[in-house]
Amino acid sequence: MDADVMTRPQAASGMTQAAPLLRVTDLTKSYGHVVGCRNVSFELRPGEVLGIVGESGSGKTTLLNAISGKLPPSAGKVEFDTSRFGLTDIYGLNEPDRRRMQREEWGFVHQNPRDGLRMRVSGGANVAEPLMNLGNRHYGQMRAATIEWLERVELDTRRIDDKPRNFSGGMQQRIQVARNLIHGPRLVFMDEPTGGLDVSVQARLLDLLRELVRDLGLAVIIVTHDMAVARLMADRLIVMKNGFVVETGLTDQVLDDPQHPYSQLLVSSVLQI
Amino acid sequence: MAYVAVKGGERAITNAHRWLAEDRRGDVAIPEIETDQIREQLSLSVDRVMSEGSCYDRDLAALAVKQARGDLPEAIFLTRAYRTTLPRFGASLPVETGQMAVRRRISAAFKDIPGGQVLGPTFDYTHRLLDFTLAANGETSVDRALEAEEPQAYPMATIASVFAHEDLLEPDTQTDEAPAPFDLTREPMAFPAGRDQRLQALARGDEGFLLSLAYSSQRGWGSTHPLCAEIRLGEVAVEFIPDELGFAIEIGELTLTECQMISTYGGGVDTAPQFARGYGLTFGHCERKAMSMAIVDRALRDAAAGEASAPCQDEEFVLYHSDNVEASGFVQHLKLPHYVDFQADLQLIRRQRRDYAERAAAMKEAAE
Amino acid sequence: MTARPNEPERYYNYAYLDEQTKRMIRRAILKALAIPGYQAPFGSREMPVPYGWGTGGIQLTAAIIGPDDVYKCIDQGADDTTNAVSIRRFFAQVADVATTEETGEATIIQTRHRIPEKGLTEGQVLVFQVPQPEPLRGLEARETETRAMHAYEEYGLQYVSLYESVAAHGYIASTVGYPTMIEERYLMSPSPIPKFDNPKLGQNPAILLFGAGREKRIYAVPPYTNVRSLDFEDHPFETQTWEEDCALCGAQESYLDEVVLDDSGERMFVCSDSNFCAERRAAGHAGPMAGHQLAALDKEPA
Ligand SMILES: Nc1ncnc2c1ncn2[C@@H]1O[C@H](COP(=O)(O)OP(=O)(O)OP(=O)(O)O)[C@@H](O)[C@H]1O
Ligand SMILES: [Mg+2]
Repeated sequence: MDADVMTRPQAASGMTQAAPLLRVTDLTKSYGHVVGCRNVSFELRPGEVLGIVGESGSGKTTLLNAISGKLPPSAGKVEFDTSRFGLTDIYGLNEPDRRRMQREEWGFVHQNPRDGLRMRVSGGANVAEPLMNLGNRHYGQMRAATIEWLERVELDTRRIDDKPRNFSGGMQQRIQVARNLIHGPRLVFMDEPTGGLDVSVQARLLDLLRELVRDLGLAVIIVTHDMAVARLMADRLIVMKNGFVVETGLTDQVLDDPQHPYSQLLVSSVLQI
Repeated sequence: MAYVAVKGGERAITNAHRWLAEDRRGDVAIPEIETDQIREQLSLSVDRVMSEGSCYDRDLAALAVKQARGDLPEAIFLTRAYRTTLPRFGASLPVETGQMAVRRRISAAFKDIPGGQVLGPTFDYTHRLLDFTLAANGETSVDRALEAEEPQAYPMATIASVFAHEDLLEPDTQTDEAPAPFDLTREPMAFPAGRDQRLQALARGDEGFLLSLAYSSQRGWGSTHPLCAEIRLGEVAVEFIPDELGFAIEIGELTLTECQMISTYGGGVDTAPQFARGYGLTFGHCERKAMSMAIVDRALRDAAAGEASAPCQDEEFVLYHSDNVEASGFVQHLKLPHYVDFQADLQLIRRQRRDYAERAAAMKEAAE
Repeated sequence: MTARPNEPERYYNYAYLDEQTKRMIRRAILKALAIPGYQAPFGSREMPVPYGWGTGGIQLTAAIIGPDDVYKCIDQGADDTTNAVSIRRFFAQVADVATTEETGEATIIQTRHRIPEKGLTEGQVLVFQVPQPEPLRGLEARETETRAMHAYEEYGLQYVSLYESVAAHGYIASTVGYPTMIEERYLMSPSPIPKFDNPKLGQNPAILLFGAGREKRIYAVPPYTNVRSLDFEDHPFETQTWEEDCALCGAQESYLDEVVLDDSGERMFVCSDSNFCAERRAAGHAGPMAGHQLAALDKEPA
């Protein structure tokens, strides 16, 4: 049995034998001649938070979009432990099944709330929508759940019926977080979730995110170029450069003792600030 | 005052039709206008009706203009409704506008081009002063246009051939084995639209709508900075291959206006920078329409390149709203009775007002 | 039933459309019946009446009508509204067909904005005129988007709008064209009928055909199909009711039109379904204003 475990890919990166929630194998995405990301492989276990870090243009967003079903890769596989079909290549699913799985089991927090919210619809309805997508047909229940979630993300519940544009950037981002957690997803993708925000607002939102993720036992893949965000949120890091993964390991290891020269540069550049 | 309920539809309709006929005729002391007068003297109205009515028949279009009392969208509608009942016996060969017997041909891109600039019959350099001699007795003397000093080159080189040797202009894509072109009069619009579908929709599209869209694109609502490479007006032959013969015969002649707009295209990963074109074609002499169409065609090509942001670049927006028969019908159908809907609205608004009053009263009470 | 007019000359094919076009429309109808609630695109023709005047319904009728049919046409529930008169005349002329105002007698009933009060029966076809076939259009303007939503059964947006309505008003404030779910698969616009008529859509013995000429779509509800008006468990679907009864026939459970009697706020409420009302009066029912001049006007003046 030991031998069996040794041959599994995650053994190489020191993972336990828990069944993976997500398995990415040799994922490559190119835009014509431009490399988006190349030959990326990793596994994610339930409840694990993986950070993807790297400088601007290193391929973080490309990788995240390819993993989350938004951007079909040029090569490679993305397998997810779906509740309906078990561990399945998501690009092998037909489109209705894939979209259903994305709706039911995933969340996606965009850097820009405009990309993740319906701007013409009230904040409350934005938060409740995933429940309706799952077939909830009880207004009162959904209303109560929405209020509970607005409280959890520390928003004034009296503003439940205001449109997103009447909220500040940080508040919009909280609505987006609530909208992406309310339906109990098993995996949440976040692309620079605090990217557009003021530093103090950022700190509070990050704290909040960390608490929620821990309380819910969520698996998260979070993209950031901010090492402080990575330190706070992630259990494990993937460091990208020019589309390649140059280093991967536990967050503390990577940040305190970076092996690859590029990681060293990234970490040191943060420390200088 | 008591209102009389509007019922008794049948008689009302018959009377309305009679009244309409009377109004169309106008003062009977004035001679009735004849359709050949319309055909010959309101020829640009006729051209527009043929173009947007998608039916090349000057007499029919003249009749439609007369029947519609000069309301061109109504005349276009009449023409379309007639056209749709006509049998189809086949499709002609593509007309060769390169072989056009040119009456007017100008290029804004080159000072001189092979074949030269031919001004032809245009309002362009007229001074827009009302000519009261036209009103005096309806008679005008027509001076024959002076013959051009040299006979016009025939066939006159197209702008594409002028550019051809340098590969500066994207070529006409000619595919012999291409499937039969989309037919918008037989198939519903589908998206993304092929260029054939788009050009058909634009050719049938409302001149005013396309004009405004083209204008918006020039003013910056869109990224096209077009240049008018060529406008030509003239006659082309229509050729058809009857099944029983198996070779092409000429079955008639069309007057067409063609416009080629060009604008620079910066090139991409696999393509060198080039001039890309927008294309406009109309029946008869509809220059404003042909130019607008060409600009909008070019603007819509940005959509395919994923660069759309302005209305004129949005395929669904443009193609779904360009048809004046559709637009006019839907806007004007609001005249039809909506009693049932309105009753439902009335009920709702009364309920909402009751709720509002109750809330207001409750708040007032709470405040006291 | 009126006698068939005997027009000696016909410039057009039977029922106006050429046979090729009729076949094309029938194929779309079959497709629509096979996938209840799905909007089948069709090559809608330019008709001799404007878009918005029932070009979709007219094409459906033209494709299915035959000389043995008995045709009824209503607008706002009434046989004598101008456009209903005009369309009925058209088919009497081009299809050589008997026409009727009696719901029970008709084989094809073309309608705009209402479903007759009297229950339909097997073998009858109800043809709806549809201005906008896409139930989601008011929420999402792009056809490419809404088509995807139907394909993936992603109707969250529709529920979101109901949710917002309840949040704003305390109830679902939609009154006409109230969205329906067909066999738990396709979201469908019932056309701008009042929600009062929605319950008549489900399990109806008749064939319900919907035609949108300008938008070039046909859809259908086959007989005995499940139709659910969207709602929430705690805000169930409800229909319109009136405190008044029909002033002419005393009906308590029909959809009423409000008729303005003078400019000082006097109103009377009468059945929107003129045939239903006339039949009731013929059977001896009377409302508080049974003698009003409107009662005399249901029959066309000669
Ligand atoms: N749609 C596209 N077409 C062409 N090239 C693209 C496209 N999207 C991304 N790229 C290229 O792929 C590479 C990776 O881009 P990506 O957006 O994934 O980087 P990133 O790490 O997310 O950067 P940032 O931190 O700035 O968001 C870059 O070179 C980028 O220019
Ligand atoms: Mg990025």
